[in-house]
Amino acid sequence: MQGRFRIGHPGFTLDVDLSMPEKGITALFGPSGSGKTTILRCMAGLERSPEGFLSVADEIWQDEKRGIFLPTHKRPLGLVFQETSLFPHLSVLGNLRYGMKRAGNAKREGFEAMLDLLDIRPLLKRSPGNLSGGERQRIAIARALLTRPRLLLMDEPLAALDMKRKLEILPYLEKLHDELSIPVIYVSHSLDEVIRLSDHLVLIENGRITANGPLMDILSRLDLSASFAGETGAVVETTVAAREADGLTRLEFPGGKLYIAGDAYTPGSRLRCHIHANDISLALSAHTDTSILNTLPATIIAIASTGTPGHVLVQLRLMDGETLLLARITERSRLALSITPGLTVIAQVKSVAILR
Amino acid sequence: MDSSSLTAIWLTCKLATLTTLLLLLIGTPIAWWLANTRSRLKGPVGALVTLPLVLPPTVLGFYLLVAFGPHGFIGQTMDTLNLQRLPFTFAGLVVASVLYSLPFVVQPIQNAFESIGKRPLEAAASLRASPLDAFFSVALPLARPGFLTATVLGFAHTVGEFGVVLMIGGNIPGKTQVLSVKIYDYVENTNYTQAHWLAGGMVLFSFIVLLLLYSSRKRTNWSW
Repeated sequence: MQGRFRIGHPGFTLDVDLSMPEKGITALFGPSGSGKTTILRCMAGLERSPEGFLSVADEIWQDEKRGIFLPTHKRPLGLVFQETSLFPHLSVLGNLRYGMKRAGNAKREGFEAMLDLLDIRPLLKRSPGNLSGGERQRIAIARALLTRPRLLLMDEPLAALDMKRKLEILPYLEKLHDELSIPVIYVSHSLDEVIRLSDHLVLIENGRITANGPLMDILSRLDLSASFAGETGAVVETTVAAREADGLTRLEFPGGKLYIAGDAYTPGSRLRCHIHANDISLALSAHTDTSILNTLPATIIAIASTGTPGHVLVQLRLMDGETLLLARITERSRLALSITPGLTVIAQVKSVAILR
Repeated sequence: MDSSSLTAIWLTCKLATLTTLLLLLIGTPIAWWLANTRSRLKGPVGALVTLPLVLPPTVLGFYLLVAFGPHGFIGQTMDTLNLQRLPFTFAGLVVASVLYSLPFVVQPIQNAFESIGKRPLEAAASLRASPLDAFFSVALPLARPGFLTATVLGFAHTVGEFGVVLMIGGNIPGKTQVLSVKIYDYVENTNYTQAHWLAGGMVLFSFIVLLLLYSSRKRTNWSW
């Protein structure tokens, strides 16, 4: 999927050249006002960039040089907005039918499966006005998908929901991630959501793209830590290996193993962990007299200043030769331990955030 | 009530119904344009549409009379088309009423369109509805309360007009003698009994119409 958009508003210019995978969830991540939503609206055809270009699955949706611009209603896309966009004069079923009918899905292909996937069968006769925010978003997602789109665009679909509703709807989005074969563009300013859901990450700041690549690569880069601030840290994809007798669960990944508290995880399932740079400390030798359980041997790759005086950010590679972690340590410790690239150290992981 | 009163009531109903229907047809596109345009003409057009709200009816009536007359633009056009001139005819009354009641129909519809916002129409477009389809399947149903208000106000305001009717239509029984003019007629001839019947009926009618309007507003509450 290729896109190129240039839009100038007073006090803001958007100038992006995008290349995104045709499968999986791509997150557009950046602070509010950075232009993420504008990019999404350009893709939807709701805004028109004068010299824009967009191709999806080898189809040209916009190419101003050749005078091509498909209006929104002629683009086979699904769109889910931040706040509710259900039609209040139609029932839930009426809302679902609205798109199905117009997209030529008269046979209701996938209708029953969608009702089950998003758990909306009991809501069909209700009116959108008396549904919870989470239920409304589920219906908005179903309504979009029932048009059998070739691209799903989601503009901060969880931002208007409170924490409880968010946690309620996230599992549905994860199910979608596993079931959908079309590309999804997911706009968000919440790193947690992005890590949980996406495979590919596009960082946006001030209307420009600052990074574009696979999620794990971007999160383990030293030069981008300013975009993530206190949440800087690498992501590792692990497999639940076993539940141990003392209440811990062992996770394994190519770079080593991690123990986490809790026994609610099914052995064999995948878990995505976010290891914050603030939660990793470094030691020169393996300690046996420490309470820290998770220790991973690693090699120092690079060191960078973080913008916070007294702190540096260290990039480590685990023994599998691939997995990268980030650790934030003090400049004083770095000097005391003479930490330089090439040195072998032990990364002590104080805590692991389980995101999926 | 004598038969001339009944004739006046019938004529008034005919005028108000026809005017309201025409106004809904003409007013809806104007309201849609005013609600959505970013054109510089929005201000002038909006002001022009609202003008009958503030002008004395006699001013409007006077200019219409001039325009409809043998030297006026409309009058001459009617002559070349071999049509009857408009002053002192029912058709003339309809044209004048449409202009006079225009703001009462355009404004509620425009407000209703504006309060829908862009979002439902964008959602409709993302569900493959063409702009025209989205207008009929989303904008119109969502603007229903505005249309109800516009219909009631347009009808009631036309029933209540006096100055313009007198200037354009005069006082011809069965042709241009509407209720308000008939009441004036009765009062001039000190026929207070008949005037009471008509005037009292008008008060009752207006009250019931407004009562229905206000109680229906509470029921269509779609905000959340």
